[in-house]
Amino acid sequence: MWTAVLLAGVGCYLLKLAGLSLPERVLAHPTVERVADLIPVALLAALVAVQVFSSGPELRVDARVLGLGFAVVALLLRMPFLVVVVGAAVVAAGARLV
Amino acid sequence: MSDAALSPAERSAIVRDSLAVGVATGAYGFGFGAVSVASGLSIAQTCVLSLLMFTGASQFALVGVVAAGGAPVSGAATALLLGTRNTLYGLRMAPLLRWRGWRRVAAAHVLIDESTAMGVTRETTEGTRLGFLTTGVSVFVLWNLATAVGAVAGDAVGDPRTFGLDAAVGAAFLALLWPRLRDRRNVLVAVLAAAVALAAVPVTPAGVPVLAAGGVALLVGILGKRHDPTEIPGRDDVAGRHP
Repeated sequence: MWTAVLLAGVGCYLLKLAGLSLPERVLAHPTVERVADLIPVALLAALVAVQVFSSGPELRVDARVLGLGFAVVALLLRMPFLVVVVGAAVVAAGARLV
Repeated sequence: MSDAALSPAERSAIVRDSLAVGVATGAYGFGFGAVSVASGLSIAQTCVLSLLMFTGASQFALVGVVAAGGAPVSGAATALLLGTRNTLYGLRMAPLLRWRGWRRVAAAHVLIDESTAMGVTRETTEGTRLGFLTTGVSVFVLWNLATAVGAVAGDAVGDPRTFGLDAAVGAAFLALLWPRLRDRRNVLVAVLAAAVALAAVPVTPAGVPVLAAGGVALLVGILGKRHDPTEIPGRDDVAGRHP
């Protein structure tokens, strides 16, 4: 685990430094730019899905879905990030108590 | 972009806005600390992530993959892929910040969504630097303090399900994704990526589904024809700027 933490940590810093140091034309190619823009969209969406609907190797629908539902509503209402995240946790925890 | 000096009123407005973002985003670090120890990382590993990696989405991704039972290397790969976002921000910010040498090396560490958003739209170099640095440094200090407190608190709580921390992680990723969903092509990619990831869950080791979903980005990017400028977060896209 320590190896992953340190390697990914240093790697993420180097990615930032590369951005500030490389000439802008590196990303001038439209395909590279499109892929680079879409990577966070795809990964974040996949992380949402896996985090909410999976449990180990199986798909499962449980209280987390209610938390996600709250998050969607809160985001539509332009609530602050903290309300979105804490609210989702509270809703899921509350649903488990019922 | 000009070299004109800022008036004291402009300076204090930028500092005030940037600190608001710093406080709101920093507070979020509490959630990261709690989720990280709940995912099985030690308090020390959690704090080192915030100090060294210091880019929220990647940090949450690493611990999220590990929490799902994925190999640490899958978590690291996901974190690095998400970290490429900051490279794009850097390419955009470099000509605006115009820093060289040790200043650039130091500035790179606080190059994140929030500092980019609060720096990119200024009209002068001084305004860009002030917004970028005030946001970046305030987020860094508060994010790390909050991480440590969250890690200790999370350690005391034990089972993350008790307080719905597992649901909080999904909500956190959704909040990060949300500003990018104004674009219809991005919505399509998000839905496809989520479907690919879920389809892969039963048949691949944990950690792989998320990386597989990255293939959707590759495919759509290569097949796509539209020419679009790099997506940079705006001031309304970051915590602390919501009305």
